[in-house]
Amino acid sequence: MTIAHHPGLENLMSCSAGSMPEAFAAVMASHIGMCPVCRMELVLMHDIGVELFSSLAPSPLAGKIPIMAMHRAEAETGGNAAPGRSPDGLTAGGMPVILVQYAGDELDKVAWRRLAPGVQHFPIALSAGAKGNLRLLKIAAGRAIPAHGHRGSELTLVLRGSFRDETGLYGVGDVADHFDETEHQPVADPEGGCVCLVASEKKFRFKSVVAKLFQPFTGL
Amino acid sequence: MAEFLNRIATKGDAAAFRDLFEIYAPRVKAYMMRQGADPATAEELAQETLLTVWRKANLYSGDRGNATTWIFTIARNLRIDKLRKETTWVELPEGRDEEASDDPLPDERAEVKERQKRVQAALAQLPADQHEVVVLSYIEGLTHSQIAERLRLPLGTVKSRMRLAYLKIREAVEDLK
Ligand SMILES: [Zn+2]
Repeated sequence: MTIAHHPGLENLMSCSAGSMPEAFAAVMASHIGMCPVCRMELVLMHDIGVELFSSLAPSPLAGKIPIMAMHRAEAETGGNAAPGRSPDGLTAGGMPVILVQYAGDELDKVAWRRLAPGVQHFPIALSAGAKGNLRLLKIAAGRAIPAHGHRGSELTLVLRGSFRDETGLYGVGDVADHFDETEHQPVADPEGGCVCLVASEKKFRFKSVVAKLFQPFTGL
Repeated sequence: MAEFLNRIATKGDAAAFRDLFEIYAPRVKAYMMRQGADPATAEELAQETLLTVWRKANLYSGDRGNATTWIFTIARNLRIDKLRKETTWVELPEGRDEEASDDPLPDERAEVKERQKRVQAALAQLPADQHEVVVLSYIEGLTHSQIAERLRLPLGTVKSRMRLAYLKIREAVEDLK
């Protein structure tokens, strides 16, 4: 897989810091699982965090040091020290490994819900306090993706097929990282359509989406 | 520090744990407070971070990264989990050799040290406005939008300052890669 579009370095930094809004962190993590280039950047970014952490002035503890009477037998022997990664971060069914517990392991078996003609989605529930939303989006061949003038950030990762907009062609593993107000009119691959993972800051504006979709599609 | 961890891992050495606790718990507490925790919560999270170190010390491989890196990673994850009550989607890389499990070459540790020194120097040399956004992101845990709000800057400015800061730091270590 050749990845041509990576997320912005500043977004990777935010991930490293643990400061990325959750929906966006999920898209980033899915990309990172597929992208050795971004994983290398993260290593250095982590050094930045460690350095800043090391330079904090210590804040003395009020309480005592806990007494360690624990028997070694109680110590953990396994655990999640190193997250398992498949080589390209996707299951055989095309799902990001980290999303399997939310959406199953096959894109083909997702319980898609119809959103508009040619557009299906599958919302992924986030933690209670999280802002923004996360969803899988499946767009039929040649169909315009329900995009919009961005009001708030949006991050899209291609999982299958491709789409094209003014900024280029996005294939599997590519991330479209938009936070600005620019108008985008992405169009799914005319042959195979596309499946994406999308994080957006604002609630999906269903009405405008439908309005957009009913606008006749003017070709490339 | 790595030797403390190895003693904890191999012997369940409570004295080594005390030493480690005394060095790191106050730092983790400070980190949690900067992330917005009140002092009591920050202290609990510091304790929890170090207890995780105790429990998982046997998973730590001393010649792999340094102890500070590992402890910071635990603290960072705990903060996402307990302070923000969110899922930790992005796991931090364990080290440069993540793909291979073979032991690092002897001179790799020297290289890690050198890299840290350079990162430290590059951070110190950042222009104040770039340094500020990096600290707000890593230490105060703010999103880009929150940083923009706090500093009354356009979001795009925050993002470009972050990027510029990173590019400078990356340049400082480029020849080590
Ligand atoms: Zn990438």
